[in-house]
Amino acid sequence: MTRVFISRDMASAALGADDVARAFAEAGCEVVRTGSRGLFSIEPLVEVETEQGRIGFGPIAPRDVAAVLVGSHAQRLGRVEELPFFAGQQRFTFARCGIIDPLSLADYAAHAGWQGLEKARGLSPQAVVDAVKASGLRGRGGAGFPTGIKWQTVLEAASSTKFIVCNADEGDSGTFADRMLMEGDPYCLIEGMAIAAHAVGAGHGYIYIRSEYPYAIKTMRAAIDASAHLIAPFTLEVREGAGAYVCGEETALLDSIEGKRGQVRAKPPLPALQGLFGEPTVINNVLSLAAVPFILAEGANAYAAVGFGRSRGTMPVQLAGNVRHGGLYEIGFGITLGELVNEIGGGTASGRPVRAVQVGGPLGAYFPPSMFHLPFDYEAFAQAGGLIGHAGITVFDDSVDMAHMARFAMEFCAAESCGKCTPCRIGSTRGVEIMDRIIGARDAAPVTVSEANGGYLGKALYSRSPDRIDVSIEAQTSLLRDLADTMKYGSLCALGGFTPYPVLSALDYFPEDFGAAAPAKEAAE
Amino acid sequence: MEEFIGAWLSANGAARDRLLPLLHAIQEEAGYIDDALVPVIAKALNLSRADVHGVITFYHDFRRRAPGRHVVKLCRAESCQARGAAALEVQAQDRLGVAMGETRADGQVALEPVYCLGLCAIGPNALVDGRPVARIDGAVLEQIAVEVAA
Ligand SMILES: Cc1cc2nc3c(=O)[nH]c(=O)nc-3n(C[C@H](O)[C@H](O)[C@H](O)COP(=O)(O)O)c2cc1C
Repeated sequence: MTRVFISRDMASAALGADDVARAFAEAGCEVVRTGSRGLFSIEPLVEVETEQGRIGFGPIAPRDVAAVLVGSHAQRLGRVEELPFFAGQQRFTFARCGIIDPLSLADYAAHAGWQGLEKARGLSPQAVVDAVKASGLRGRGGAGFPTGIKWQTVLEAASSTKFIVCNADEGDSGTFADRMLMEGDPYCLIEGMAIAAHAVGAGHGYIYIRSEYPYAIKTMRAAIDASAHLIAPFTLEVREGAGAYVCGEETALLDSIEGKRGQVRAKPPLPALQGLFGEPTVINNVLSLAAVPFILAEGANAYAAVGFGRSRGTMPVQLAGNVRHGGLYEIGFGITLGELVNEIGGGTASGRPVRAVQVGGPLGAYFPPSMFHLPFDYEAFAQAGGLIGHAGITVFDDSVDMAHMARFAMEFCAAESCGKCTPCRIGSTRGVEIMDRIIGARDAAPVTVSEANGGYLGKALYSRSPDRIDVSIEAQTSLLRDLADTMKYGSLCALGGFTPYPVLSALDYFPEDFGAAAPAKEAAE
Repeated sequence: MEEFIGAWLSANGAARDRLLPLLHAIQEEAGYIDDALVPVIAKALNLSRADVHGVITFYHDFRRRAPGRHVVKLCRAESCQARGAAALEVQAQDRLGVAMGETRADGQVALEPVYCLGLCAIGPNALVDGRPVARIDGAVLEQIAVEVAA
């Protein structure tokens, strides 16, 4: 019987993979459902097992079954791992994703699964923490805090009850790596959490998954049930989010698990010392925890050997939005933004010029192609006024209205603010109003500044009577900068604190969309 | 629903941290969380009614009114916008005859916003009665409209 491999990932299903799988089963094939390989332009992808290895065909529709099985289909791709998109990657964390049956314990064990946990169990907790420190692993959820140092704090905290919490809230648009890993290699995350539990002395763990990820929730629950005997006495459970972006913020997430409104806590105390139910808690992103089995199995040096500056190891970069070859590209840090967008991503899907990319989700900056020399590295992006965040890159073509995107950033912050601090809660609403005035003034017939400021009392930046507000673009833009400053320095967490990044980067790099004169074109371009 | 809540709590425990899983269970069972259940939940978990109300209203997922027979959750986030989601949203409201965030007067279909489904390279995306749909254009929208008319 011919064996074929077809992804069961939510993205593959959205593209019709379930119908394709059914058609192959009806044709008498043994169909193995895997995770996604991570290149969506070739999905639904069917891989046929042959003596030459797994031969890929894609995209495939149910009517293509016969042509695929005789090997004559025009979309024959050859061995998938030899495609340029995959050959250039360094898959440490996603080594198994797309290859194995995600819920098969036999597959997992046959592909080097549990080796990290086995190594860890032979080591003292301190030695495990030391290995994670030596690997240079930094938190992949956004802030880039060294994982080993966080674990050290929890290890040293004196308490008989400690928790491991996995942050699988992945709310950033343009990101899907956590989802793909949970759906495609759930035991890898479980193994990482079990290693963390051994390292700090935790007995129970939670995986907080957003409700928008029903496939991941189902797969993780099944994987936890199937592997319970292998991680015992450590135990795990899944908690489902409820559509609040701010619950990705670690302290809001802890409150949400506790059954409360997901409001941000003031720090200190650090969650590492007083986290879930007031107990010492490791809270890490999915990708941080899923990197740990490799680090233990292959050694900290193998992980730290790749990377750039203080960003060690690999990053599962996610190419999203209007991009031709969107998907997951795991690579050592240091690759440039331009290489990712143009060479690997192949530019826009629409075929129009790339105008902007947003890196790091809704709180990340928009960059124009003139910044494509930036190396993918925490420090380089921070220096350029942005962040790499969870490593999502959303590509926009030249039809984008950047003033509209700046307005959206404020609108999103207003919708998702937890309400605890004023700069975020009120500031974001005022930000939407300012953007409406800027867009209104931009789209209205041009008026001279003196006209706009008319009336013998002159007009004010702030006023209780709306007709006394100076709605000129210049005045509103300066008000926007002032507001951004207040939000950046006055907010309790990065929701209000980083919303200025997309807003101000849009304003600074694309002033013409805000009704100002276009910046002089750089000679180099 | 009182019996459902009682049974759920005796199977799953009545600690405070059970509140969100309970609310999910109620919504899955009944489609929404009726305000009349707030005192029942509060009493069972030994919380104030204000506390329970506060939690229900904090989370976008929880509904306080019966949803449409069909629910279309359309993604509004940046990656889908980069692929034409804003124009699609206008089209969808028009074709389905319902404003974003509303249920149609006849109760047949609700159009709800969602901020990211993690399918960010193949948008615009939606969940149609829980089923993921990608690369939505005019033709796919038409299929969705026919599906939710049934
Ligand atoms: C508004 C907001 C949303 C966040 N969303 C997420 C998220 O979805 N996933 C995540 O891992 N971290 C998210 N974070 C970062 C977490 O607060 C925290 O830094 C992270 O869970 C720590 O894990 P790490 O060290 O492994 O990155 C968010 C932060 C903020 C301020």
